[in-house]
Amino acid sequence: MIGFIGRRLVNYVFLSAIATALGYLLVSATFQPAARFLGRNPPVPQASIDAALDKLGVNPSVPILERLWEWATHLVTTGSLGISTRGTQVTADIFERAGTSLRLLVIGTVLGAVIGVALGVWGAVRQYKASDQVITYASFTVLATPVFVIGILLMIGATLLNRAVGTNVINFTGEYSAGIQGNFFVILQDRLVHLLLPTITLTIGAVASYSRYQRSAMLDVLSADYIRTARSKGRTRGSALIRHGVRVALIPMSTFFAYSFGLVLTGASITESIFSWHGMGEYLIMSTTNSDVNAAAGTILFTSILVLIAGTLSDVIYAALDPRVRV
Amino acid sequence: MTFTDPNTTTLPEDGTVRELGERGTTRGATILRRVFAAKRARVGAILLVIIALWAFVGPLLYPWGFLDQDVRAFGDPPSLNHWFGTNNIGQDIYAQTLVGLQKSLIIGFIVGPAAALIAGIVGAVAGYLGGVWDRIIVWVIDLLLVLPSFYILVLLSPVFRSLSWLALVVFLALFGWMVLARVIRGQTMSLREREYVKAARFMGVSGATIVRRHILPNVASLLIIDATLGIGAAILAESTLSFFGFGVQPPDVSLGTILALGSTSAVTRPWLFVFPAGILVVTVLASSLLGDALRDAIDPTSGATSD
Repeated sequence: MIGFIGRRLVNYVFLSAIATALGYLLVSATFQPAARFLGRNPPVPQASIDAALDKLGVNPSVPILERLWEWATHLVTTGSLGISTRGTQVTADIFERAGTSLRLLVIGTVLGAVIGVALGVWGAVRQYKASDQVITYASFTVLATPVFVIGILLMIGATLLNRAVGTNVINFTGEYSAGIQGNFFVILQDRLVHLLLPTITLTIGAVASYSRYQRSAMLDVLSADYIRTARSKGRTRGSALIRHGVRVALIPMSTFFAYSFGLVLTGASITESIFSWHGMGEYLIMSTTNSDVNAAAGTILFTSILVLIAGTLSDVIYAALDPRVRV
Repeated sequence: MTFTDPNTTTLPEDGTVRELGERGTTRGATILRRVFAAKRARVGAILLVIIALWAFVGPLLYPWGFLDQDVRAFGDPPSLNHWFGTNNIGQDIYAQTLVGLQKSLIIGFIVGPAAALIAGIVGAVAGYLGGVWDRIIVWVIDLLLVLPSFYILVLLSPVFRSLSWLALVVFLALFGWMVLARVIRGQTMSLREREYVKAARFMGVSGATIVRRHILPNVASLLIIDATLGIGAAILAESTLSFFGFGVQPPDVSLGTILALGSTSAVTRPWLFVFPAGILVVTVLASSLLGDALRDAIDPTSGATSD
């Protein structure tokens, strides 16, 4: 098993490194960092444009492969991802923003997976009954709704609620209220309230897709012989379904977890931007609007490392659930 | 990491190809009958047709054009005169929504099938050739899956933003085929060992012809399912990109750009946001209901053929 995980890990590390390098080349080729200096009045002299671009290491007159080499060696030797167009260290930005993103992502993903799996099992066991139909159509509708629409609808709802009550019950802009003072519990409560709407946005989407997959995986398992065997040796229906059904049905889900991780990241970046959370998703969108090559390349590296971790984790879960992999 | 995509297909990658067709009927007729036996399929297909007709005929039957300004109605709520209300410069939201819907539908109906076609060709070539080519193609697919497509499209947006919306269509298709291609590859690998494919090969038929004549028709069902589901997925991707200003650019409008404009005052004037959003959801829902019912009808392992 260690060997299996190890081989996978090496493969992922290799893929991530190549993806990051290609990503760097891609943004270097498409972004135009010089554009923000052009068309100014008075015009910026070419020498100072060059100096500014050289400082960031994004001067288009330097061959693109040379820039990549500079960036990569700088990263390996000093651990620095360069300077953003706003003059901050990209590495420091990422550490700060990654915390924000993870606080949002972890809760949403875990809640979404748990509720989604539970609803999927429930729907499969009660196939074609009213509750199954409701879950099915509800998840179809959620999956047909863009994440940003869910977020904005929740914001409209919260605003109406706030108006009806007369005070700000649900704050939804940013990660915490600006300039909030008080003891630990006041700050904690403020943060939890801010988490509410973004977490719901992320969770709803995750629940909808996980429940669909879990339902179809569970339906495949329900008619299997070993469920009947478990029943005939005297297990109760519930016990047979949980011990022998759900466990087996979770195996394909671990693969799906890795596959869906990209969708989770996409959803998170949209959610962050809508609710003004200064996380990594927002960083990506900002870096594109600012033509910030270093920030974008840093985000690519960060994302591919996350995808690498998710892939390895799903392999570990797979191996833990499916004894056939462990040989 | 094996990526089967249960969202688009439930066939296993080792892919035993299943026989369809009951005695006395052709395969196509059987599939059609099964598809339309499902209520979801009928609802989805009829909805899609109605939405498409509405988008293209609706504006002709409505007095306001999508750029017309009604100086007596700035930011009015829905009324008999303006069915979905007006925005703060007096433009009619109903007219705008229909024009945006046209663009979104066109994008969806091109990108969905185009992505499925790329997936079919790449997957079939990888599975049929095998060996080094197969390994290279799978590796490229895995590489493209490292970053979420949405991220890649955002990073590429400086390229297609300066071009027309057709460039967006091309890019959406270019980054939407990878998962299905892996499934098609698995199917092709089992098809390759079939007697008729072997017979064709031994008779000296070229690889390209075998892929075209024997492989692609056998995976066509998967491609049709994904082309249908892809319509909705493309409309979602387009609207999200446009919402953030990375997709369709003015003067072109799509549902995404309308929603982006409407979202800024969504709280005070909900009609600017809620109506276009509702139509977007119904459109995508119709395509996914139809796609899902197609899958149930074509793929016997997915269980339900009636509901």
